[in-house]
Amino acid sequence: MEYLTVHSPILIVAIPLLAAFIIPLLSRLGSKVRDTFNVSLLGFVTFLVAILAIDIYANGARIYTLGASVPELARPEGYMVPVRIMFQVDGISIFMGLTITVVALAALVYSLQFVKNETGQDRFYSLFMLLYVGMIGLVFTGDMFNLFVFLEILSIAGAGLASYRVNLADAVEGGFKYIVISAVSALLVLFAIGILYGQYNLLSIAALANTMQFNTLDMIALAMLAIAFVMKLAGVPLHMWAPDTYAVAPAGITPMIYMSSAASMYALYRVTFTLYGGQFDTMPIGWVVIILGVLSMFIGVMMAIYQTDIKRLMAYHAISQSGYMLLGVGVGLAVLTDPVALANYGRDAMNGGIFHIINNALYKGMLFLTAEAIFFRIGTRDLNKMGGLAHNMKWTTIFFIIGALAISGIPPFNGFASKLLIYESVFRFNPLLSIIAMFVSLVTLASFTKVFYSAFTGPEMPAYREVREVPKSMIIGMGIMVACIIFFSIFPGLVVDTIVAPATDALIDQASYINGVMGAAP
Amino acid sequence: MMQYIPFNIPFVAAALLVGVALFIFLFKRNLIKIVMGVAILSSGVNLFLIALGYRAGGVAPIYTATPEGVMVLPVPQALTLTNIVITVSVIALMLTMVMYIYRHMGDIDAKKSRLLKG
Repeated sequence: MEYLTVHSPILIVAIPLLAAFIIPLLSRLGSKVRDTFNVSLLGFVTFLVAILAIDIYANGARIYTLGASVPELARPEGYMVPVRIMFQVDGISIFMGLTITVVALAALVYSLQFVKNETGQDRFYSLFMLLYVGMIGLVFTGDMFNLFVFLEILSIAGAGLASYRVNLADAVEGGFKYIVISAVSALLVLFAIGILYGQYNLLSIAALANTMQFNTLDMIALAMLAIAFVMKLAGVPLHMWAPDTYAVAPAGITPMIYMSSAASMYALYRVTFTLYGGQFDTMPIGWVVIILGVLSMFIGVMMAIYQTDIKRLMAYHAISQSGYMLLGVGVGLAVLTDPVALANYGRDAMNGGIFHIINNALYKGMLFLTAEAIFFRIGTRDLNKMGGLAHNMKWTTIFFIIGALAISGIPPFNGFASKLLIYESVFRFNPLLSIIAMFVSLVTLASFTKVFYSAFTGPEMPAYREVREVPKSMIIGMGIMVACIIFFSIFPGLVVDTIVAPATDALIDQASYINGVMGAAP
Repeated sequence: MMQYIPFNIPFVAAALLVGVALFIFLFKRNLIKIVMGVAILSSGVNLFLIALGYRAGGVAPIYTATPEGVMVLPVPQALTLTNIVITVSVIALMLTMVMYIYRHMGDIDAKKSRLLKG
């Protein structure tokens, strides 16, 4: 057990990475063997993430240095700076890790039946595991260069999966947009890393944060990193790829690609809070993040209103919900250097923003799955052609109602809990922002009411008389997410205290991140 | 002063390459040209990294049996090598997608092949 805890950061990354290349071989033995292998492997990884999480919540951040005699040894003997590749897992990393793992497990179970009749399933699962590795590595890594490498891994795997159904022309187009955006943003990240390395000869995030001078070149690097990650998380001026890619990706993959956007959001937070935190006045950056958030919220939901393609509509809602996360954490970033304001409302705003990441991953991911369940059965995503599906798809309808109520922030669902935290705290920062957030929430409810009426209610349509409920694995996949949503709805306080508050503390407390690697300040 | 000028030329070239690539992304609609833009952007970044690590008159950073003198920085070269490998795979994937788009649409003009909009 102790051994597993110490080595879990690398095992969580290495096991699925190895599995990605074993899966094509296992496929030779038959699809049953492969499916069992995939699910049990991801189950084991979930177990590892859980024991790592328990350890981190009990003992604080954990460092894993590759190649060191003791994994916790960040700096080799006699060196002033860390030179080895390193995973540094703290509160926010493990929070993202838990979110990603739950979503991946649900998406994998859902996909078992969903891709059953497609060709090239072995490659599908290989890329699925690579996408998972990319996301987990991105949130665990402790140095800038591996950030770039994992960003590229998740981009390539994500683009390959988004255009998995190459027989559909729009799928390839959506995948192409995703890979262009990803390649450009990753190369911008690399350029920024080059600028930082040229000045400080360092790649480790903690060591860089320790020596950061905040000169003009650093600001240029910050701008490049911010543009790259906003592009990748589909914040509003750079959101054009998201509806296209989300709409065409196969069902299990859409929540995963959405999670990779959330992982990029984590990278944005890591850069702004940890790398550029400290003595630097973060008010302007905070306002930039807030304005991005408000724009994403507002424009996202406005674009969603008139969509007729159910998945595009949900994709615009995903952009709009990302705005809430940016708004909440942006307020925290703006008041980071003001201890009184931070204690009064900044911390609550960040709690709300971070809690919204996991809530949204659950209900948005689930809504994407229900949308694709409909597509699976009736073969169209056009809302105008749907109707009366509640007669035959009872589970999907129930799941959709739960997801729609949660995303609109209706009590008692979990979306309400995180949105309430954001409304209350942002109101004390700037009332106008809070009013916009509430308005957006109302429009979200209106939009989902429209979807519900046009897809599920009404008399049974003759064309869909033969439509049946989706297969069992798809129901279980959605059920995993619904179970989490219901748990989070009943115990929001418990969840905030256990997993969200440590994540917020990890972002705010830059010094402990640095000390974890550099040793206590002399 | 004169001795610094040759040092800056690689950085100017890298900036130019990045600028050309951004121009391509903004104004070109041919998908093959967009793929070329990614390749040019990647070359610009690679050149930037290599120029960063170069020391005038430096030798290869191999610790056993090196002649006396300055060594060039090894880390940027490792970064560049990784980036080259990644770029190759990205471009291969992009070209595959362009091929499929051409098969479906009979065209590689991004303006004409727009199934997804709104």
